[in-house]
Amino acid sequence: MDAIVKKRIKQVLKGDQNAYAEIVEIYKDKVFQLCFRMLGNRHEAEDMAQEAFIRAYVNIASFNIDLKFSTWLYRIATNLCIDRIRKKKPDFYLDAEVSGTDGLTMYSQVPSDSALPEEEVESIELHETIQREIAKLPEKYRSVIVLKYIEELSLNEISKILDMPLGTVKTRIHRGREALRHQLRNV
Amino acid sequence: MSCSEKYVAYMHEYLDEEISTEHEKELKEHLLKCPECQKHFQELEKSLALVKSIAHVTTSDDFTLNVMNRLPKEKKKVGFQRWLRHHPLLTAASLFLVLMVGSLFSSWNTGHNLSVSKQPNLIVKNDTVIVPEGEVVKGDVVVRNGSLRIDGQIDGNVTVINGTVINGEKYLASAGDVTGEIEEINVIFEWVWYHLKNMAKEAINFFEESEQSQGVTAFLW
Repeated sequence: MDAIVKKRIKQVLKGDQNAYAEIVEIYKDKVFQLCFRMLGNRHEAEDMAQEAFIRAYVNIASFNIDLKFSTWLYRIATNLCIDRIRKKKPDFYLDAEVSGTDGLTMYSQVPSDSALPEEEVESIELHETIQREIAKLPEKYRSVIVLKYIEELSLNEISKILDMPLGTVKTRIHRGREALRHQLRNV
Repeated sequence: MSCSEKYVAYMHEYLDEEISTEHEKELKEHLLKCPECQKHFQELEKSLALVKSIAHVTTSDDFTLNVMNRLPKEKKKVGFQRWLRHHPLLTAASLFLVLMVGSLFSSWNTGHNLSVSKQPNLIVKNDTVIVPEGEVVKGDVVVRNGSLRIDGQIDGNVTVINGTVINGEKYLASAGDVTGEIEEINVIFEWVWYHLKNMAKEAINFFEESEQSQGVTAFLW
């Protein structure tokens, strides 16, 4: 697959835009997933993932063809998401407790649009809970946890993507795991 | 969790898959006798399993299309090159046409000298070619950049390029006798048309001849 990607990148470098479509096709789900778990919102994640691909295309001339394209692409996507998280004002969350109520969140005020089988509801609720707990992690732990456990990347690759020493990555993963343990032990 | 600091570090080494065999053995032995650490370890593993369980989301189907539509426009040159690559036949045909017409244009522009097809009994006077009275010119007559006066007879077609057929009654049988067609070409498009027609005729002739010769060989067989 790396060979195909390299070939397509060379075509893109020559100016053939259509060759880029195949690259997008190969990595779209991975990049989207990374953004989704970082941002916790499908719509925003899709926007960010698209933006990542566009930035990669615009800056493709600066990509070193001997390196792994995915590492470079993930770095762009991760940085975009981190920027977004830092800029975002945490003013309105659906899961924020509504003031004056006891444990009621905005979720309980949003009517669900269809009746789902109980099992499905449960699994969706579980997914939402996990997603929310990941979103609660400080961004520096969130990025390493998502890259390690959602994208299943090696510690070495993560250190390249985040441009950070391996030791730092390990420390952050350890702290991220401990934080998750606290948050998820009662789920 | 007083005892755990050391063992928690081992747990993370284990989860990073970087634990040494001695540490792993030590950790296992400790977990068997320390329920607190055991709980800690199970909670770690459980939370990671939960996180992993929500992997594998997919994007919308039109994701790639949306990205491609948002890319800055590519250089026209490349689009054109790709078109050429995908339509070799059209490319060849249009290249041929361009060269053809180009060469015809240039041959129209060059040579303003009078030229005439070679028949022994044609007389050239200034820029006029004369078919003398009482003479019979055999074959097609082509005059370029000059006029043609027909007093005698021509046994064939007449083509005058960039000139006229001089005779008060041109095109009439009494304008001397011309057995074939009379054609005057004065405009460049006519010139191009004339050449294309000629080529087509030659091509047809060629095919007819080869068919005939095939017919003959078939007959001989």
